[in-house]
Amino acid sequence: MLDAIVIGAGHNGLTNAAYLAKAGLKVVVLEKNDYIGGAAVSRELHEGFTYSNCSYMCSMMRQAIHRDLNLSRHGLILVPYLGTVNFGDGDERLISYHDETAAYLELKRHSPHDADAMHRFQADLTRYSQLIRKTLLRTPPDPARLRPRDISELLFLAKQFRSMGEQQIYEYIRFFTMSAAEFLEDYFENDLIKAAMATPGIIGTALGVYSPGSAYILLHHVMGDVDGNIGAWGLARGGMGAISEAIAGAVREHGGEIRTEAGVRQVLVKNRRATGVVLDNGDELSARIVVSNLDAKRTFTRIMDAGDLPDGIREKADNFKIRGSSGKVNIALSALPKFTGVPDNPYVNRGGQAFSGSMETLERAYDCWKRGRWSDDPFVESVIPSAWDPTVAPPGQHWMSNFIQYCPPQLADGPWTPEKRDRFGQTVIDKIARYSPGFKDLIVHMEVRTPHEIEQEIGLTEGNIFQGELTLDQLFFNRPFPGYGQYRMPVRNLYMCGSSTHPGGGVSATCGANAAREILMDLRRPNSVPEDDFFDE
Amino acid sequence: MTLDTTLDPLAGERPKPSPFHPRLEALNVREAWSAWNGYKFAEYYYDVEYEYFCVRNRVATYDISPMQKYEIKGPDAEAMLNRMVTRDVAKIGLNRVGYTLWCTDEGRLIDDGTIFRLGADRFMLTCGSPCGAWLAKSVFGFDDITITDQSDELAALAVQGPTSCAVLKGMGLADVETARPFDIRHFDFRGASLMVSRTGFTGDLGYELWVSPEHALELWDALYDAGEAYGIQPYGEAATNMARLEAGFIMPAMEFNEALKTVRFEHDQTPFELSLDWLVDFRKPHFSGRCALAKEKREGPKYRLTRLDIEGNRPAEGSHIYRNRRCTKQIGYVTSAMWSPAVKANIALAMIEPRFLNGAMWAEIYYEEELRHYNRVARCTSRNKPFWTPARARATPAPDF
Repeated sequence: MLDAIVIGAGHNGLTNAAYLAKAGLKVVVLEKNDYIGGAAVSRELHEGFTYSNCSYMCSMMRQAIHRDLNLSRHGLILVPYLGTVNFGDGDERLISYHDETAAYLELKRHSPHDADAMHRFQADLTRYSQLIRKTLLRTPPDPARLRPRDISELLFLAKQFRSMGEQQIYEYIRFFTMSAAEFLEDYFENDLIKAAMATPGIIGTALGVYSPGSAYILLHHVMGDVDGNIGAWGLARGGMGAISEAIAGAVREHGGEIRTEAGVRQVLVKNRRATGVVLDNGDELSARIVVSNLDAKRTFTRIMDAGDLPDGIREKADNFKIRGSSGKVNIALSALPKFTGVPDNPYVNRGGQAFSGSMETLERAYDCWKRGRWSDDPFVESVIPSAWDPTVAPPGQHWMSNFIQYCPPQLADGPWTPEKRDRFGQTVIDKIARYSPGFKDLIVHMEVRTPHEIEQEIGLTEGNIFQGELTLDQLFFNRPFPGYGQYRMPVRNLYMCGSSTHPGGGVSATCGANAAREILMDLRRPNSVPEDDFFDE
Repeated sequence: MTLDTTLDPLAGERPKPSPFHPRLEALNVREAWSAWNGYKFAEYYYDVEYEYFCVRNRVATYDISPMQKYEIKGPDAEAMLNRMVTRDVAKIGLNRVGYTLWCTDEGRLIDDGTIFRLGADRFMLTCGSPCGAWLAKSVFGFDDITITDQSDELAALAVQGPTSCAVLKGMGLADVETARPFDIRHFDFRGASLMVSRTGFTGDLGYELWVSPEHALELWDALYDAGEAYGIQPYGEAATNMARLEAGFIMPAMEFNEALKTVRFEHDQTPFELSLDWLVDFRKPHFSGRCALAKEKREGPKYRLTRLDIEGNRPAEGSHIYRNRRCTKQIGYVTSAMWSPAVKANIALAMIEPRFLNGAMWAEIYYEEELRHYNRVARCTSRNKPFWTPARARATPAPDF
């Protein structure tokens, strides 16, 4: 008999399986698609072009896991990329130079005040990031149950908090309920700079820059690092699928099995214990434990029978906030696009483009989402991975990843259709072409993904990239539900290991690793999951 | 040669420009210059880590013109070199390159370098520091030989990284992909002779291009035209140092102190201490240092250069290595250390007393955070393979990326 079944070969499911297999358990990972990776995939949809067609950048991947699972040996290289240009509503451009002096002078050009304030902003963000980073590879304490382990974890947190000093503790708590706009108001006066700094606060979330809670989302997006450089983002050589493939390599190295085209129809429960699964093709598999890498809503409403769940869980799952809000347009280009107002400087014209406009533009885009429409002037975050990675496009040609905030999961005027999807794609191209006049002529192929496509293909409910909103009510020991923040689910022998669990969305491998630690504890196996090394912070 | 200081009284203080300097100068946006063998030489151009990743992920160039290059020719050339260096030069075939060492009579390392066999009795010796005086001594007893210092007559550029071969092909160097590691190929480059060796100091796929200085800029432009689509970028000494450490290559003034410049007794090193046993060939007749090295081989070296994987991510620069966590019994010292972004490991090269190699090893690491100094003791694990050994570095034909 199998020791463990992991449902879903996304990067967290694979990480979980790798650690279970490494501990000597007999593990199988079941994936509904004919490829692995979930939302961390590389797909050649047009000859010669390999899209990271869902997630497209990486900064949260924990070094400790990368190192411990030997992911470099399994072919993974994360390359930091530099140089983002923020495009204002009109001709204004804000270039993020890598060099401190150049970056300062660029900010000063827009606002001497903000150029000075940036130092305090960065120091504060780094301090908050350092604190939260310490919780990533740890299981949250349960403040209601207060078993010895919960108490020691709470003490650990208290100690970390206290080390920041009294004033910062108050500031930090404010962070979780503030909006990105309120947070930034304390530092900056220039609207272009504010909008540029605010965009990490809305990516992937159904909140606006003025919505309470978006300040935390901002922090969630900047707390990652590449080789210790907090806030830096990296590209996986070969696309995001290289991350999943490397972790899959670790699964196989330790004797784990990965089955594709093996969707799970139902989790089997007997005597309130998970005993196995039924596959879409009717096959039954039994195992000592079942681990779901699906989001909380999908797990409890799609592959579990309501009768197998304790009272209230189905309702919690139904009410789980997992609102789709993002779209993705992947475009193959015959040449590197040129943007007006951006110097022909290879260190800045081939990094990222953030069409962030102004605070008002960002908020108006959110207003459209609320009304079940997409904005004619959406926020688009673009990056050209092929300018960094020679393996994902033919030499001299490129592919551009465009992430769009916002895109509604359901439209006010009826369901998504291919025709509406293409109109959404056209809106995105039109916006980019406003800043890059020759852009449309370069397009060789494009793939447009609304929340509808993301849900259908990846299985993320409503296409929510975080497997559930990252708001305080759904964070830390409240993730996915209060009382279930420690990866064990309401049915015995059933666990969750996806981004619906602490610490939430992002290609970090932490959810899967943390869940493995809890599982190994329950199965009385020695822990093989590393902890972050705090000396390194 | 006299130096004209009438126009520039400080001329005597200034390093001289390399043949590639006009291009290097334009690209060195950080003005980060140092010097090597009298030439102005970049520490980095834009950002050390950026350049490092160009080497590991794309393609990048390194100006190695300041390297010392000696043409050694004549019927006695092979015999003379064979008496000077530790490996068997007779085994280096035509149009092949061999990495080698040369030692004092006491078996202490003078320098390392490469020997290019360009004919039955014509060689090129390259090395990091000038060794003309030692060559002059080594010629003793050989009459039919001429040695010419070509250092200023040959511009050289390393082209390294996974797409280096694709770029050279794009530049029109036909069949360059069929060159094996350490092969030499000769091309006609717009009427000039261009020598290409599949060599380098990065441990990755890479080549070194050799051309006369008057063609240097033309070569640069052709290379950069072909490399444009690949994001070609110059890299400096700092990125080189990162790449070579991952590859496990030794560096003067880091792993070894050149014997002829060493003041204190045995503060220089031997090939065995540097774990370069494979470069010492006792099957050939006498060579400088042979007796001393034979004795050392019998009795065992005092140190072994060892690759360490160290917990945490604080580089163990300048650390002592101890047998115990309490750091009371020192067994060695770190020569080079870094966090390796490609391998995701805290790596180091260290000299360790051989009898302690199989036991526990601890590094005492000092670091600084916002003007406060800290230390920690970290466990070290020895590694028997280089940290970075991609298959493409050995593959023939060389891949496109």
